[in-house]
Amino acid sequence: MAVERQPIARKPRNYALIAAIDFAFLALVYVAAAVFVLLVAMLFLELVRGSWPSLQAFGARFLWTSHWNPVTSQFGALPLIYGTIVSSLIAIVLAGFVGILAAAFLAEFAPGWLAQPLGFVIELLAAVPSVVFGLWGLFVLAPAVRNQIGPFLIHTLGWIPVFSGPVVTGTSLFTAGLILALMILPTVTAISREVIIAIGGDLREASMSLGATKWETVARVVLPASRVGIFGAIILALGRALGETIATTMVIGNRPEIVASFFAPSYTLASVIANEFTEANGAVYISSLIELGLLLFIVSFVVNGLARLLLWTVMRERP
Amino acid sequence: MRKTLALTLAVLAAVAAPALAATQLTGAGSTWDFPFFSKAFYEYGKTHDVQVNYQSIGSGGGIAQFTQRTVDFGATDVPMNATEIKTAEASGGPVLQAPVVLGGVSVIYNLPGVDQLRLTPPVLAAIFLGTIKNWNDPRIAKLNPGDKLPNTGIVVVHRSDGSGTTYTFTDYLSHVSPQWKSKVGAGKSVAWPSSNSVGGKGSEGLSGQVTNSPGAIGYVELAYALQNKIPQAMLQNKAGKWVEDSQATVKASAASHPDVTATNFSIVDSACAQCWPIAGYSWVVVFKNPQDKTKGKATKQILQWLAGADAQKIAGSLDYVPLPPNVSALSSKTLAQMNV
Repeated sequence: MAVERQPIARKPRNYALIAAIDFAFLALVYVAAAVFVLLVAMLFLELVRGSWPSLQAFGARFLWTSHWNPVTSQFGALPLIYGTIVSSLIAIVLAGFVGILAAAFLAEFAPGWLAQPLGFVIELLAAVPSVVFGLWGLFVLAPAVRNQIGPFLIHTLGWIPVFSGPVVTGTSLFTAGLILALMILPTVTAISREVIIAIGGDLREASMSLGATKWETVARVVLPASRVGIFGAIILALGRALGETIATTMVIGNRPEIVASFFAPSYTLASVIANEFTEANGAVYISSLIELGLLLFIVSFVVNGLARLLLWTVMRERP
Repeated sequence: MRKTLALTLAVLAAVAAPALAATQLTGAGSTWDFPFFSKAFYEYGKTHDVQVNYQSIGSGGGIAQFTQRTVDFGATDVPMNATEIKTAEASGGPVLQAPVVLGGVSVIYNLPGVDQLRLTPPVLAAIFLGTIKNWNDPRIAKLNPGDKLPNTGIVVVHRSDGSGTTYTFTDYLSHVSPQWKSKVGAGKSVAWPSSNSVGGKGSEGLSGQVTNSPGAIGYVELAYALQNKIPQAMLQNKAGKWVEDSQATVKASAASHPDVTATNFSIVDSACAQCWPIAGYSWVVVFKNPQDKTKGKATKQILQWLAGADAQKIAGSLDYVPLPPNVSALSSKTLAQMNV
């Protein structure tokens, strides 16, 4: 005989209250998200407000004048923009080359017992504080550039203008590029490795079944297939290199002048701000420094935005 | 449970109360003064019920904080100029500036094999202007007949960060070289003309660059050069005598300018026989009529003590140069004008 079920007595639900609570929760999470957008917008507006005297005094000339003179209050950011971009480019050329190869090794060639610990060690490099990199650069890398690396490159590649000229002291654009390369290497390697692993096994198997060797598979199939993601990784690393301050200012020589040789001292946007902001006085001087910050903000924002977009496109298609 | 909580709170209150009773003062500014202030305020706190929180954020930051009235006193290597004073006066009334620290700037170099480099002011200016590019230039060789000067380029090392030391040094070069004055001028940050120059961050960055690069020349506070045993050059001062940077020569230089004021504060290129020509003061700034009378009184007392002989002895022990008695008295008299 079936047990007769009694209907369970239940309190009637207050649907109006439930709807209200749902709405409140929704509003809360939207506000939390909006905070970030507002923060970025306010940061941008504050930077523009702070650099207003300088924007008025120099206008667009600021971007292509080469003079940085606090005594006469004449400021031009061209050598700084040059130094920032070139040191970052040197960094991504070096880190990109080594990083992609390391990622390929970790994803494709390394035996299992090696891949994990090696990946861990590479990511440890990302945990080193930048001031430690700066100290190491000043006391180890700069003398090495001055005494060994610099003369060697001048001897072999001296016919190229950028590798010409004497090494003044070890602190130079080249040294800064080297330090930045070391700092962004973990980023490039870690993300590239993820992207390479995300490539489906089918592609590799198809390539091998057509007779390609392991190396040919990696070089001609896997890496080209992952090039969008790797490009995104490099742009992300570029974003970091552009904004790096302390390590750069300790090894770059701090001279706002555009010289052909990489072994001459140079200067970056972030370094100038870090060096001169505490002692700056006068509306035009301070606002010029803030304008440098604005330039850096815009560049980093654009670069990072681009990278995120690219990576999102690639990761989304992972099967 | 509640009894334990009440007991804990009572004990904490009893412990905290004496600490709360001490007067808390705040100051901000010059990084150069920091070692001296740090030790002096600690010693003062042993015998007086005053604690000072000094933030060494740089002279510019010190002036800004002082103007916004977030600190009780500011400290700056270069006294506030007319514009800055006007802004501060609009914020808190008349401003008083008094010298509390004295120091010299040494010329350091890296020439293996040269025991004692000698330079005259025109030659020094020419080196920093970039018109003398090589160490074995006849103008330098003439001043150093016994030394074997190498045939290498001169690497000029300067401060990349804004600094009172740079101001004192460029002020001196402006006094001794009309070409420097018109081309570069004096400032905490300047556009260094020499094409063979690099900037180091902080005194440690600058001296690190000099000691690591043979053929380098730079400038650094006397205290720094002494403590790190970096070779210093001798200069010929305005009286024609060869002098080296030391506490005695800087003190003589300061004593030869008895009437320093916040508008007439340069003491470089002194003319007395045993004067080191590159020296400068560091200043504290306070409002004449502070809003908080208790804190104002405590500030007045501690700053007057700072300019006095006891505190200056502490400065001497840290390789600063004690204020000469006439300047110390002047400083004390200026601070006495505070209406508290």
